[in-house]
Amino acid sequence: MGYVAVKGGTRAIEESIKRLKYERVHHGQSIEVKQIKAGMRGLIDQVMSESSLYNETLASLAIKQAEGNPEEAVFLLRAYRSTVPRKHYSQVMESNQMQVERRISASFKDIPGGQILGATTDYTHRLLDFELMEETDEVIQNWLQRYQKESVPDEENRHHQTLPKVLDYLRTEGLIPPCEENNLEPDDVTRESLEFPSSRSQRLQILTRGETGAVTSLAYAVIRGYGSLHPTVGELRVGTLPVTIDHPTDAGEDDDAFYIGEVKATEVEMLMPVTVEKEYGKKEMEFEIGYGLVFGQNETKAIAMGILDNCLEHPNPDFPSYNEEFVLYHIDSVESTGFISHLKMPHYVTFQSKLDSLRKTKKEGTKNEERQEVTSR
Amino acid sequence: MNTAYNFAFFDEGSKREIRRATLKAVAIPGYQVPFASREMPIGRGWGTGGLQLTLSLIGKNDVLKVIDQGSDESVNAVNIKKLVSDTTGVEITEQTADATLIQSRHRIPEVPLRKDQILVLQVPLPEPLRYFEPSESETKKLHAEKEYSGAWLMLFEQIMKYGSMTTDADHPVMVHNRYVMAPSPIPRFDNPKMDESEALILLGAGREKKVYAVPPYTKVVSLDFEDYPFEPESFEDKHCHLCGSTGVFLDELIDEETNEPFYQCNDTSHCMETLNKVEPFGVK
Repeated sequence: MGYVAVKGGTRAIEESIKRLKYERVHHGQSIEVKQIKAGMRGLIDQVMSESSLYNETLASLAIKQAEGNPEEAVFLLRAYRSTVPRKHYSQVMESNQMQVERRISASFKDIPGGQILGATTDYTHRLLDFELMEETDEVIQNWLQRYQKESVPDEENRHHQTLPKVLDYLRTEGLIPPCEENNLEPDDVTRESLEFPSSRSQRLQILTRGETGAVTSLAYAVIRGYGSLHPTVGELRVGTLPVTIDHPTDAGEDDDAFYIGEVKATEVEMLMPVTVEKEYGKKEMEFEIGYGLVFGQNETKAIAMGILDNCLEHPNPDFPSYNEEFVLYHIDSVESTGFISHLKMPHYVTFQSKLDSLRKTKKEGTKNEERQEVTSR
Repeated sequence: MNTAYNFAFFDEGSKREIRRATLKAVAIPGYQVPFASREMPIGRGWGTGGLQLTLSLIGKNDVLKVIDQGSDESVNAVNIKKLVSDTTGVEITEQTADATLIQSRHRIPEVPLRKDQILVLQVPLPEPLRYFEPSESETKKLHAEKEYSGAWLMLFEQIMKYGSMTTDADHPVMVHNRYVMAPSPIPRFDNPKMDESEALILLGAGREKKVYAVPPYTKVVSLDFEDYPFEPESFEDKHCHLCGSTGVFLDELIDEETNEPFYQCNDTSHCMETLNKVEPFGVK
């Protein structure tokens, strides 16, 4: 008697948290944060990108605490991010200042500066490498020494390389229309709520914070049939960008700016061929651009972001993936997982209320049936 | 890296920003004020809107009560209380009358609130017009033009289809003759408690990034028709099997042995108080 399922919350929660810890540690071995930092670059980059917080150590800690679950790790970092006061906005970064480590174009073979493959899994066979089962620190260090002897001069060279943008080259050739600079102060989506129609700076921020899988699948839908695009990667580059902030009193003076570090990013410029109708019904092909920029090396997402950026710039009522409310409201990891998981919370009151309505309709329903019988007789 | 958190979790700038949005909400009863909802250490959709309001308002002398589905002990309530008390150290209570700040999910307490209390309600879907208009920019226009025929049409269609209004919790209300507002998923039973409330009622939707408010002594009317008046859930001829209360919101429970339904106060602290009055501890 008097049993209510949700009662006794405090002890139940304590036990549940204990059990969670047990699941994390029950192999009897602790995984060090620096090990995660050393070996989980892909996950760290994804988590940093989705949390809009660039810090490899904190991302590694979040991954450890979340037992490698990216949705949970992003959640932890975003919550931490809420508590950090905003002290400065950086100066505008020019992405042609990127120290390029990897750079490819799928549109043009012959680009000034050449194609640089850098580190990528694109050309590996996805066969399980069973030798990794036996990998030790010693094996790694031997390999490292040999690699450094062979390739380091070359590597150092490469790391200090800034390259012209492929699209700039195409613009001077007159193949794509010139692009005017937009130097409006960007809207900060973490400080002001999104309103529609949104500004491009808001769209780009939400896309770059978007959940990798969600951004990818919506862009996939666009190129698979729920859209009219056949885009090409104009240029994809991975490298580090220097971050500088204004001098507190002499704002805007480049000479007095402070260099505060660098962030690694993936930048993509997509080319979208579109048909444009000219006068007298004449049609012409033109290129439109889609832009993607994400923290870390996160190429699929950057490309997907580029596709969605173009879709949102050119809304098409036929497809939801071209609708900014549909895309921007649904791709956020913390928001979507939070609301889906809230279904696990009790809904006793709302359900009781629903039950009441349901019973009422049943009662009304039988009354109506009776009435109909009477009239038909 | 091991930085301790600020009082009430947020930095002072964030708290100030949320309070500014709250002031605007109080100034325009029922109007949904967009605010820069922060990511929180609890799930989006688990009460982050309410929690942000609570954290932005709470001071060292406050006494906090948290309710979830009528219960102070349900997991989410415990969780939220723990976070607030870990980051503020304020006193926590289960007694509605002792609290200065009450955060609640889906219920307004049975004990009438006073003017020195603030009720914070957690809201999952703040837009009362979303049911028939999926677009945010469209609903914003509808509110601006006070174009609410869609809301009445929705209720009218329910009557045509089912013979009565079938809204369950979250039956839309008109605030101060101007804005139609989602009262958060409180049962219809609690809607009338918002009308001319002595306490300030704040509503926060974290995921949807809106705050809105019912200031004290504000007219709140549930939408209905002359011939089909608003009806709260009915617990006629039913009473709580523990404290005997009638006229309160009851949970329907099933006796495992007889399979018969029996009823119990949904507001657990109210039930406990009534019980203590009926059977005082100790001997007279």
